[in-house]
Amino acid sequence: MAIEAAHEAETGSVTGARFVGQRVARVEDARFLTGHGRFVDDIAVPGVLHAAFARSDVARGTITSIDTTVAQAMPGVAAVFVANDLNDLGHDYLPDGEAAHGRHRPFRVLAGGDVRCVGEPIVMVVADSRYLAEDAIDTIEIGIESSPPLLKRERALDSDAPIVHTGAPSNLYGEIPAEENPDLEAVLALAPVVLTETFHQHRYATVPMETRGIVARWEPGPDELTVWISTQGPHGVRSLMARMLGLKDTQVRVIMPDVGGAFGLKMNPRQEELAVVFATRLLGRPVKWIQDRRENLLCDDHAREDQATVTMATDDQGVLLGAKVDFLEGAGAFPAAFSSATVFSSRLFPGPYRFSAFSASAQTVHTNTSGRGSYRGPWMFETVAREQMMDCLAAKLGIDPLELRRRNVLGEADMPYAMAGGFVYDQMTAAETLEQAAEMIGYDEFREQQRAWRAEGRLVGIGIGLLVEPTAMAHAFMATDGAVVRIGPNGQADVFTSVASHGQSLETTIAQVVADELGLDVAQVRVVQGDTAATPFGPGTGGSRSAVVPSSAARIAAQEVRSHMIAIVAHVLEASPDDLEIVDGRVQVIGTPTRGMTIAEVAAKAYTEPASLPEGVPLGLEAQSRFTPGSFCTWANACHICVVEVDPATGAVEILRYVVSEDCGVMINPNVVEGQIAGGVVQGIGGVLYEHLPYDDAGNPLATTFVDYLLPTAAEVPEIEYGHIETHAPTNPGGHKGLGEGGAIAAPPAVINAVADALAPLGAQVRSQPLGPADVVALIEAASARTS
Amino acid sequence: MGEAVVRVIVNGESREATVEPRLTLADFLREECHLTGTHLGCEHGVCGACTVLVNGAAVRSCLMLAVQAEGTEITTIEGIANSDGTLSAVQQAFREAHGLQCGFCTPGFVISVTAFLRDHPEPSDQSIREALSGNLCRCTGYQGIINAVRLAAGTVGEDRTTGAIT
Repeated sequence: MAIEAAHEAETGSVTGARFVGQRVARVEDARFLTGHGRFVDDIAVPGVLHAAFARSDVARGTITSIDTTVAQAMPGVAAVFVANDLNDLGHDYLPDGEAAHGRHRPFRVLAGGDVRCVGEPIVMVVADSRYLAEDAIDTIEIGIESSPPLLKRERALDSDAPIVHTGAPSNLYGEIPAEENPDLEAVLALAPVVLTETFHQHRYATVPMETRGIVARWEPGPDELTVWISTQGPHGVRSLMARMLGLKDTQVRVIMPDVGGAFGLKMNPRQEELAVVFATRLLGRPVKWIQDRRENLLCDDHAREDQATVTMATDDQGVLLGAKVDFLEGAGAFPAAFSSATVFSSRLFPGPYRFSAFSASAQTVHTNTSGRGSYRGPWMFETVAREQMMDCLAAKLGIDPLELRRRNVLGEADMPYAMAGGFVYDQMTAAETLEQAAEMIGYDEFREQQRAWRAEGRLVGIGIGLLVEPTAMAHAFMATDGAVVRIGPNGQADVFTSVASHGQSLETTIAQVVADELGLDVAQVRVVQGDTAATPFGPGTGGSRSAVVPSSAARIAAQEVRSHMIAIVAHVLEASPDDLEIVDGRVQVIGTPTRGMTIAEVAAKAYTEPASLPEGVPLGLEAQSRFTPGSFCTWANACHICVVEVDPATGAVEILRYVVSEDCGVMINPNVVEGQIAGGVVQGIGGVLYEHLPYDDAGNPLATTFVDYLLPTAAEVPEIEYGHIETHAPTNPGGHKGLGEGGAIAAPPAVINAVADALAPLGAQVRSQPLGPADVVALIEAASARTS
Repeated sequence: MGEAVVRVIVNGESREATVEPRLTLADFLREECHLTGTHLGCEHGVCGACTVLVNGAAVRSCLMLAVQAEGTEITTIEGIANSDGTLSAVQQAFREAHGLQCGFCTPGFVISVTAFLRDHPEPSDQSIREALSGNLCRCTGYQGIINAVRLAAGTVGEDRTTGAIT
């Protein structure tokens, strides 16, 4: 297909590389396919104890009694801990980069005195086996006098709302206050078209197939803590554990084994993991906790749960003149990370469109529900609300949604562009991806066909989601990544990276980058990650940074090793370094390949014949590098378009086609790029059509098994079609951009807009999610009630 | 709590252990046999990560007790590769089609697909999707997995659903 050919040509011209740009099969697969992956639950530590937790089954209330006498006497039970045993042991609970937001929100490992959401851990049992620990949990009697909980974010700031955190003046967790913007007000007063709509997004969650888990071992004597944890970054865990326990970093070693997905959930350890660390410290024995699925759905970090009121103004041709947005975000009782709405969503809202008059306000509020956590594009509601609004505007103007976007979208010709949220885009191909996706799906032909289908009564619709993805954010503790590249005496390379791959395929893609620089085969490059005793400091995976930041660190270190090899061989052969090349593991004279040395020969010399090295070249073949991108964000962009059909009788939505046009810069491995897109898209589809974490009126979560919380399966997902546009990112030497989160950001609006388009002939208005069968039937019935 | 003896053949090797009757087959395989390739994703029979072959049938080992497996022959992911150690056709297809990312659900998929293709050597696209619907993956969006099954079945390029809407 032409698009594929174009990208291959471009990849070749950009890198001239052997491995970068190729669909290299993954290094990781050999162990995962044969059952030899090593996940945290697979770590065997002699003498390990197992933890389990008794949790609140009340959303808000006062703890009146805790009876653990039976549990304490049970055989195999090593310890039973309550709040007073653990909560005061810690010194500092803030993860790297987190400021002391929400000072009224207490930090506590176990709930003491009161409970603030269902699932809050109250008692921890540590026993010889998981079976015995859970037996003991079953005997614990906890009395809780319940009081009415606050469950709805919309009610959180009412004067009579229950206060989630006792002693706080209100449930406000953070805000960007609405400010007077006279320029915008003037635009809104004079614009021929002004529309205001409110959009809602429900609560859903990351749900990695591997839940959280930890094994922690405190060794009295050396006074050292070793932690194996399912995490997105071992170095941040080490910093946090050390600060919390009042230890030096050097007393703490954190090892990230294989990790079975995270999607933001495993950015930071939560109460249970910290409780395990306290327990091993108190008991002097290793302790393990593997979260079960019920715990994961009941009370681990939840996500999304947003609303936004958007006002947009255009001229009578649909050219955007200004916009105003007000976000309200549900943060739950104990959010894992600070707010998205008040930090990022409000600034990103203008997205891929050209307009300057803009203001944003946002509030994030506590409720008696599970805390909000990061999920693949935590700020993504800006895209969902904006793209829904574009379709609402198109309907009001009587302009096709594709055409309305064409009139406002930014493209390469507009760069650089100071967008209304305060960022400067140095690169943007939103217009180009819009056109590519529209062509791939046959937009105009679809519209023609749609008229015929509508005449037959079929509800078929098309939806667009246009996305600007802020990737590789280089800020504070996420500013840099490091790498050490070492060719050993036998001529193979180790790359010690600060990043922490867990599905992102970095053991392969970083090896591709390094192999190209060193002239080695991918199979001769091994990527070592995930152990604070072996790898450079870094924030781990998160924020779609890995292709940009840690890969560049590895590339630059490899370039230095390469220059050392060239210098050594030039010295030995008495040749000019400029006349040498490295081809297939040999450093040789260009045009005279017989004159040269294998990399293994160069390496042996570098380590064992120090006197034979040229002056100024370091001994050995090793270099380290630390990299920061050229700007705060490396901007990627994509356009998703899908076609759906709605069954008017059942409300079921079927996705008939799904296309993505993506610009993630120079692709290292198209398989990995497409895999990242697909995973995100299906999470976005799941979020809109299937996944939902509802609560009943008493604050009980209603979806705590996979029978209630519906993940998409292979039977529901469409075949995703990909188009690639590759523009060389200016922020890093390889020209790469991130793309890990975009799929989950742009898929929801594409699906929502397609459903809305399908239902348009009925007069249904889609302003909220989820769009499960019952929800769609309700939309159809509401429309029918309005029109009759 | 009483204990019972379990005698099984796992990946061709005889195993005998005295276990509590409540011990699941999954925990037996992971803890008694140290075969940790069988993963637990939900422990309530939905996600399929713990799928193993019991007398050739794909079974969720979190829903079966070890004592119920008495006398059976079990194959786990560690026993799926060819006898010479090379990847089986299904394993190789997953690798070639980028059918895995984090790798946690992968053992269950490989086992389920191995049983499915043995019983349905020429599957339609629809039957592939239905067969896979008993296993959950959160990373791949199933694209690479579906392609891997097509590849292993030799049906690549046939019966595809993209392009036209009917």
